[in-house]
Amino acid sequence: MSTGLKRITLLYLIVATLALFIGTLFGPLQAFDQARVDLYPLVQRLLPFVRSYYHGLSLHGVLNALIWTFAFTAGFLLFATAKALGRDYPRLWMPWLSLVLMVVGLVVTAIPMLRNQATVLYTFYPPLQAPPMFYFGLVLVVVSTWVVGLALWQIYGAWRREHPGERTPLPAFMSLVTYTMWFLASLGVAVEVLVLLLPWSLGWTQYTDPQLARTLFWYTGHPLVYFWLLPAYIAWYTVLPQRVGGKLFSDPLARLAFLIFLILSTPVGFHHQYVDPGVPVGWKLLHALLTFLLFIPSMLTAFTVIASIEYGGRRRGGRGNFGWLWKLPWGDPVVSAQLLAGISFMFGGIGGLINASYNINMVVHNTVFIPGHFHLTVGSGVTLTFMGIAYWLLPQLTGRKVWAPKLAVVQSWLWFIGVMVFARGMHWAGLLGVPRRVPISLANYWQPEWQLPSLLTAAGGTIMYLGGLLFFLVFVLSLFGKRVTVDEAEYAFAEALSPSERAPRLFERWGVWIGAAIVLIVIAYGPFLTNYTYNFVAPGFANYWPR
Amino acid sequence: MHIHRYEKAWAYFSLGLVLVFFLALITAAFAGGVQVPGPTGIVDPARLAATDFAQPGLRQLAPGEYEVYMVGQFWQWTPNEIRVPQGARVKFYLTSGDVQHGFKVQGTILNAMVVPGQVTSFSYRFKTPGEYRIVCHEYCGSNHHLMSGKIIVEAPAAATTAATP
Repeated sequence: MSTGLKRITLLYLIVATLALFIGTLFGPLQAFDQARVDLYPLVQRLLPFVRSYYHGLSLHGVLNALIWTFAFTAGFLLFATAKALGRDYPRLWMPWLSLVLMVVGLVVTAIPMLRNQATVLYTFYPPLQAPPMFYFGLVLVVVSTWVVGLALWQIYGAWRREHPGERTPLPAFMSLVTYTMWFLASLGVAVEVLVLLLPWSLGWTQYTDPQLARTLFWYTGHPLVYFWLLPAYIAWYTVLPQRVGGKLFSDPLARLAFLIFLILSTPVGFHHQYVDPGVPVGWKLLHALLTFLLFIPSMLTAFTVIASIEYGGRRRGGRGNFGWLWKLPWGDPVVSAQLLAGISFMFGGIGGLINASYNINMVVHNTVFIPGHFHLTVGSGVTLTFMGIAYWLLPQLTGRKVWAPKLAVVQSWLWFIGVMVFARGMHWAGLLGVPRRVPISLANYWQPEWQLPSLLTAAGGTIMYLGGLLFFLVFVLSLFGKRVTVDEAEYAFAEALSPSERAPRLFERWGVWIGAAIVLIVIAYGPFLTNYTYNFVAPGFANYWPR
Repeated sequence: MHIHRYEKAWAYFSLGLVLVFFLALITAAFAGGVQVPGPTGIVDPARLAATDFAQPGLRQLAPGEYEVYMVGQFWQWTPNEIRVPQGARVKFYLTSGDVQHGFKVQGTILNAMVVPGQVTSFSYRFKTPGEYRIVCHEYCGSNHHLMSGKIIVEAPAAATTAATP
């Protein structure tokens, strides 16, 4: 592997971790606020640029949910694909370009955000308006992800010409699926920003349509969840089983799960809009059904990944139904972080099924139940896995040992315990009616029964943050750690018990799967968007879009 | 393609599980009447004075039947407080005069988005007397946390109760 690619991956990891470092600064403040302890006046003395809870929350959302995840995924999958294909990128300037776009996009987005001019949270629903720089920066960030996807297709094309008829190695196959899904999925927010928001923010157009903007946002907003999650699944399928001394249970089933994600991730966005006024209930129901079907590849993943690590635990001498669990190498931070991430994610997945449940959603919509849920998924299932993968990548990139691996194990436990306590508090408080995105310490409708869950939230958030601080410490000191020769076998991808040759050839026919994905998107969104844009337009919008 | 016996069973179990859940939900929605809001109509947020929202407020339609037009605007509802008798059925019509707001009535299942340009509507019967908090649950700017109203459901006066069988 070229040193150029290693350098790009390492820089991506550093950008991602820096974003997470700044983004998580606000986490404990928000958690304490839930327990009605307003730390912002104190923080403003130390960091005078922080204007309000909402200012901090906007930074928390954009930096953690968008930059940390996108930058880490780009680094991880660029690296994993080249490693799995055993070749270099035909044009290394493309990964470089993606990195430059990511950094420039981050800086351009950050300037209005840090100046409190873009305190619109990471959903930036109009008619809340941010300066053009905010939207323009986000466009660059998304274009950066597209360039990563193009680079993956390029290296795949080059590999394919050298290996006609062979099955694509699993990590490369999964990386291609992830970015191809994201190409289709990101079109919604691209249209929202380029057609509705950026011209409006520049003052070129006078009006915008909030309901249409919400719809385009959530067209991307739910598959975004899978763009966060699939890289973590890739780690669980291809890194974790090998690392615990096991084998991947079934390669073909892993491919099938990913292909289902490719076709089903996007046509489900209305389940974020169940209580929106402008969307007919029939379309909401269709999206509810498709969302439920999207639960199945995650169930298949749970089966395959658990079977794979169980195989490892048994090879290490584990006996009985659960005895294999204790034989797993829990002292390895690459393993402990991913296993704990997986456990927290299971609860997150079940909660997700509740959120997706059409009318039951009315109980939890926009309460703190929702951030409670997604801190279990993206905040732990994904983030803690990425932390484990950072411990897996760093020695390969720098030729240096992870600094204090035992401390890294403690780190993963702190994050895990923290997020479980935090999420328990948030889910509970949400059921008691605490709305999300509110500084509860300042609200005029606090209820005494919110006290106990809020204390759990504050305590859990604090423990999580300690885990985060340890991660930053281990990450930075690992960059200057002791030099070692990296044992390639230790960092190999998992072999499969049921190998890729058993997968049908159809799995490699990209046109079929991408075509199916597009057809489903057209069915799920086409009629609504056509009807809405031509027959059911808010008057403000009609002036804007001449008919 | 070879699929292990257990894998196959697990996949069918997963499919069955979500289909049963889905059936339960649509039964509750269409037979049980626990339904999410859908499109009611559109209004021009800049010209609310020319619409049904010109004079927001509560109106009695028939004994025990009410409708209320409410407008969400930085950072309150108009009207911000309504009083109805116990057992009243209230049809809500909501819209926004500025940015997006959220409408959640604590202690009930009422929960909806209020989006400029759109009318949100649903109806609800208030069976238990008491004070119900309306909380805005969508971020709407710097005083979002102060945006809350009240629905007061009044128990019938003692004399009236005695007169009613």
